[in-house]
Amino acid sequence: MRRRIAVLLSIMVCSLAAGLLAPAMADSNSIDVNGTLADTRTTPAKPVPGVAISIEEGGAVIGKAVSGADGNFSITLPGAPIDLLGKTITVKLDKDTLPKGADLRDPKKTSYKVLIKTDANIRIGYAIGPAVDNSVPIFTQIGQSGINGIFLGLLLALAALGLSLVFGTTGLTNFAHGELITFGALAAFFFQDQLSWAFFPAAIAAVVLSGAFGLANDRLLWKPLRGKGTGLIAMMIVSIGLSIFLRNIYQYFFGADNHQYTGVQAGKLWNLGSIGISPKSFYIAIVCVVVLVAVSLAVQKTRLGKATRAVSDNPALAASSGIDVDRVITTIWIVGGALAGMSGIMWGLTNGFDYQVGNKILLLVFAAVTLGGLGTIWGTMVGSIIVGLLVEMSSIILPSELKYVTALVVLVLILLVRPQGLLGRAVRVG
Amino acid sequence: MSWSDVLTGAIEQGIGPSAIIYCLAAIGLNIHFGYTGLLNFGQAAFMMVGGYAVGALIQDQGWPLFPSIVIGLLAAVVLALILGVPTLRLRADYLAIATIASAEAIRQVLGSASLKDQFGGQDGRYGFVDGMRSLNFVPSGGVHFLGLDFRSYDFFIMIVGWSLALILCGFVYLLMRSPWGRVLKSIREDEDAVRSLGKNVYSYKMQALVLGGVIGAMAGIMSGLATSNVAPSDFATDTTFFTYTVLLIGGAARVFGPVAGALIFWFFISGLDLFFDKMTSGSNPAIPASIMTDDQASLMRLIFLGLILMLIMIYRPQGIFGDRRELAIDAH
Repeated sequence: MRRRIAVLLSIMVCSLAAGLLAPAMADSNSIDVNGTLADTRTTPAKPVPGVAISIEEGGAVIGKAVSGADGNFSITLPGAPIDLLGKTITVKLDKDTLPKGADLRDPKKTSYKVLIKTDANIRIGYAIGPAVDNSVPIFTQIGQSGINGIFLGLLLALAALGLSLVFGTTGLTNFAHGELITFGALAAFFFQDQLSWAFFPAAIAAVVLSGAFGLANDRLLWKPLRGKGTGLIAMMIVSIGLSIFLRNIYQYFFGADNHQYTGVQAGKLWNLGSIGISPKSFYIAIVCVVVLVAVSLAVQKTRLGKATRAVSDNPALAASSGIDVDRVITTIWIVGGALAGMSGIMWGLTNGFDYQVGNKILLLVFAAVTLGGLGTIWGTMVGSIIVGLLVEMSSIILPSELKYVTALVVLVLILLVRPQGLLGRAVRVG
Repeated sequence: MSWSDVLTGAIEQGIGPSAIIYCLAAIGLNIHFGYTGLLNFGQAAFMMVGGYAVGALIQDQGWPLFPSIVIGLLAAVVLALILGVPTLRLRADYLAIATIASAEAIRQVLGSASLKDQFGGQDGRYGFVDGMRSLNFVPSGGVHFLGLDFRSYDFFIMIVGWSLALILCGFVYLLMRSPWGRVLKSIREDEDAVRSLGKNVYSYKMQALVLGGVIGAMAGIMSGLATSNVAPSDFATDTTFFTYTVLLIGGAARVFGPVAGALIFWFFISGLDLFFDKMTSGSNPAIPASIMTDDQASLMRLIFLGLILMLIMIYRPQGIFGDRRELAIDAH
């Protein structure tokens, strides 16, 4: 009995040792490149034999193989692993040797560049199946980007109106405006996350709170500074300090994670021909349009709106003709804060949000406001739509990671030819 | 970690490589903002082109150190010319928006995945300091005095950096006493008056932008050489804002304002960081984790930074050593 256990043990130890040693030995002598070619059109996937694979290094072919009946291929790289470290090899698949009817899922992906970092074997995977046609007709692209651009532009307009109104009435270029946007998004999230409210009451409460936050900004900081006679540039730098301060306070309480709202249905994509529209974005756009029209009407028709325009035009003259400038500015801060907060919530609905969502889009908002003409309401709306369209349309030609750059470059170019903005009055700005 | 470690740590940072980088950037910004009144919010872009030119030329092209530095400084000249043409005619607030937008555009392009082969995407360029290391004459054991410890290469960077900063301060001092410097200061005070004297204001502003930009590029190059890395995240908009904070703490339009500002800024920022780190670390932290976790502690310095920037601007816009009469921000 005891002998049997001893034999068993020794077998186990031997097999263990062999199991440990075998790959280690293989690894220390050479590096293999291997993989399996399988046709994913059938389930289970069928192995694809007879496909030629080659490996090149620095332009010279250093290894070749043909996949076997089981679809496997394995190529041993020449040279010791220590010499191969740091080299870049290119693994290529010869598409002509693929069986009839089969193609790579991504037809352009016939070769892989691999930087050898360890002495482990390298696995390469090729997805074989029906070729996917990724090219989209140019008109569809333009249509789709156009729709997306208008949606983005409407959101930007909502975010930018507050900035533009505040600039118009007080001359303040508020770099902390992004934090007003973030405030709305975070407030709605707070009501949902901490108090478990449904989305709509949470959003409405957050918009109201954002208005109060705008008011607090003015009462606690900007109004005393105006009273002190602080210069506009000094106030601009104060707003930068406020932006850094608030942004980090937000991160302190909400962390750096990206958040989403709950209880909002994304809905099924509507198809207009080949253009897809998400119902959520559509409804958001409708709300934006309604709010923007309401604000424009209010500015055009109501007494307070007329007073606002008068203050924008000439504060001293407005004051001397009996307009309560302070009351106008207070209203502007409440409305501007609420609009910014609302845009933050809607931005969060479509893209998610974190503690710096407003700061991330601040430059786009500035671009929109400056493009249309600082301080003009119609200009801001037109500028926002143009920026939205530019951002989305540019990704037809440029890589999408550069889409914000387009808006910024256009901003600088517009300043070159028309510094007062598209709809601004030709006053001296330089 | 004891309280004396907090103090020495703060002093080490206060005179260390990071302080030098912001000091140099602020010397450049002082020429723009302090003396000429240009509200350049794109100083980070000048730092970036300098640092990236050196990083990319050495790492990708195998250039030696000094020619790369020359190209880095020339890149800043080119950037100043390109940036200045459309923006220098603009009023202060428009100039601020235009320069901040340009700087961010440049940052996103240089950091893009499309240019990964040239500039390394979000990782940037790294490991290009062999040339600089070979010049290091500080003993390899590092330098230790008064309870302060510096690694050899860091101390070498400090010697080079602070010497450069002092030379630049002397240069700025002489420049601003010259007739050329007086024109710059009068542009800050009253552009139209200078124009009426027949001076080409635009050309003077451009020269100031180029000069300050080149010094900004030196800061970017120092940053690359000190950390052996240049990455897009080093040159974000906040970098420019921190530089403003440094300049405003020390006092704009003062020759030694940037130096004093950088020392004080980094001493305070690192002191706060170490202080809150100490208060929240350990098994029984002085501030319980329910109020502040160690993640949150790392945010305290930026919260204070925002506050300091606001308070300085409101209560003492001339900074600690500045002269209130010499201040661009009250001129408008």
